[in-house]
Amino acid sequence: MREFAARFIRSPEGVAGLVLTTCLLAMALSAPYLFPRDPLSIVGRPLLAPFADPAFPLGTDRLGRDVLAGLMHGARTSLLVGISAAVVAILAGAIVGTLAGFSSGWFDEALMRVVDAFQIVPGFLLALAFVSVMGASLPLIVLAIALGAWTGPARLARAEVLSIRERDYVAAAWVIGMHPLEIAFKEVLPNALPPVLALVSVIVAGAVLTEAALSFLGLGDPNIVTWGSMIAEGRNVLRTAPFLSIVPGLGLVAMVLGVYLLGEGLVEALARRRIRQ
Amino acid sequence: MHRALKLVRRRALSSIPVLLIVVTGTFFLLESATGDAVDAYLVSLGGGDAELARNLRETYGLDQSAWSRLWLYVSALARFDLGWSVAFNRPILDVILERLPNTLLLMGSATALAFLLGSLLGIVAGARPGSGVDRLLSVGSLALYAVPSFWLGLVLILLFAVQLRWFPTAGIESIASGKSGFDRAVDIARHLVLPVCALGFIYLALFLRMMRAGMAEIWRQDFVLAARAKGLARRRIVLRHIARNALLPLVTMLGLQAAAMLGGSVVIESVFAIPGFGRLAQEAVAARDAPLLMGIIVMSAILVILVNLLIDLAYAALDPRVGQGERRT
Repeated sequence: MREFAARFIRSPEGVAGLVLTTCLLAMALSAPYLFPRDPLSIVGRPLLAPFADPAFPLGTDRLGRDVLAGLMHGARTSLLVGISAAVVAILAGAIVGTLAGFSSGWFDEALMRVVDAFQIVPGFLLALAFVSVMGASLPLIVLAIALGAWTGPARLARAEVLSIRERDYVAAAWVIGMHPLEIAFKEVLPNALPPVLALVSVIVAGAVLTEAALSFLGLGDPNIVTWGSMIAEGRNVLRTAPFLSIVPGLGLVAMVLGVYLLGEGLVEALARRRIRQ
Repeated sequence: MHRALKLVRRRALSSIPVLLIVVTGTFFLLESATGDAVDAYLVSLGGGDAELARNLRETYGLDQSAWSRLWLYVSALARFDLGWSVAFNRPILDVILERLPNTLLLMGSATALAFLLGSLLGIVAGARPGSGVDRLLSVGSLALYAVPSFWLGLVLILLFAVQLRWFPTAGIESIASGKSGFDRAVDIARHLVLPVCALGFIYLALFLRMMRAGMAEIWRQDFVLAARAKGLARRRIVLRHIARNALLPLVTMLGLQAAAMLGGSVVIESVFAIPGFGRLAQEAVAARDAPLLMGIIVMSAILVILVNLLIDLAYAALDPRVGQGERRT
């Protein structure tokens, strides 16, 4: 573990990613303590410029809402949705991929055609349709985003399972009479998971971007502040108060970049270990 | 040629069950919504009695069971009939086909920009792995890859349309300009510059990174060593031996990204007020026009299948090993 940390620190990308994500995580976690009021409540004069009033360091929006409070609480929503959607997508993908790879035959064929079907429909359109039908609460948005993201993990898990199921310890599990489902989920799935986990950072980043785009189009939960909805709100006064759109956008860039870099650093550190072995 | 025909036939046949899954899944997803198009229509009328609602549902076939309507939908789809849009009061296929050219133009231009510039910069970066230029391009492309396209669109509007006034802020062409022929093409091109950049830059970064990574991989292979041992010029090795081999995976990526790009155009068309296919999806959601939304999803699936077929054909032409009786997995 210590050796792994040493390898990780040597990659500048990974360290930069770690710093960025830690800062954003700190923002997200401290938001309810530093800004206990609802970030959607009106607190001051509307359209106050940044750095003009020490009470509102980043100014206020069209309705007089604190931009800094929105930014902090928005980090919370963004991270929460991004991570939850990735967890759901990877779990669902791993389960489907394991079932497909382990069963083979017509069941495998059918499951993979379903994966194909999800892959040819643009994920964003699917999320749009899902949210418009089911409603826009946070758990449903997570589900909508996961709908478009689980196919990658499913394909990868299936490919892993196809090679793992031929190993000796799986044969041994058959011989001692374990139930096929027990073999699939207790013996095969845990071993198929590591390569799938390499996708985490890409999926989290994609989910953050999808959530932002959905709320930018006004399809997010209207009672929760998000960076996407802040950008959409600022768009109405783009010419006179561009910072209202630019500031939350920079937050998005920092978060997506941080997650990518962190993921890249981790994968690199892991790969170096494998080479050495 | 014979090989290409076989490829087309096999892909068309294998696409049918997948398309059926898409249709069935979308159908039942939209079916689970509370309220239907008739409800939405009555709301827009300002209300109506039960008699009118019943008559309307009978006219549109909404009074039948879900399975029989699904069957009707699929059999109509086989005749290229996507149904009737309540919001537009026109056949859905007509509405979609009217919007599609704008989106295809936007996507085609963005793809061309991303592919050409991305692979070119990728070659520049990959020609000398680890050099200063390589580091700069790698970091820059990663940063670009993290920028949300709709936000990039707003920033581009702010810089190049509001501040510098180089390009128009929105739309696909000047309204009622009376331009035609070449002037009109120039007008449309000027309107497309910013949205194409906003949509294409993220893929530019992706292609750059893929090209660079592919080239770094090939640098280590034996035939490159052999080429260097022969004393070939570096430029020739980079262009003829390395870049050519690294280009093929990018062609595959082009197909994989088709669906994502179609999804991305929804937001970009909304930012730049382009009356395209993606904006239609948003309008369908706003008008609660489920049949239209269904038609859009089915049509986008067909579009993605077609793009991938084209790419497979291109791939078969580029790589003679493809299509020799291998089975798709």
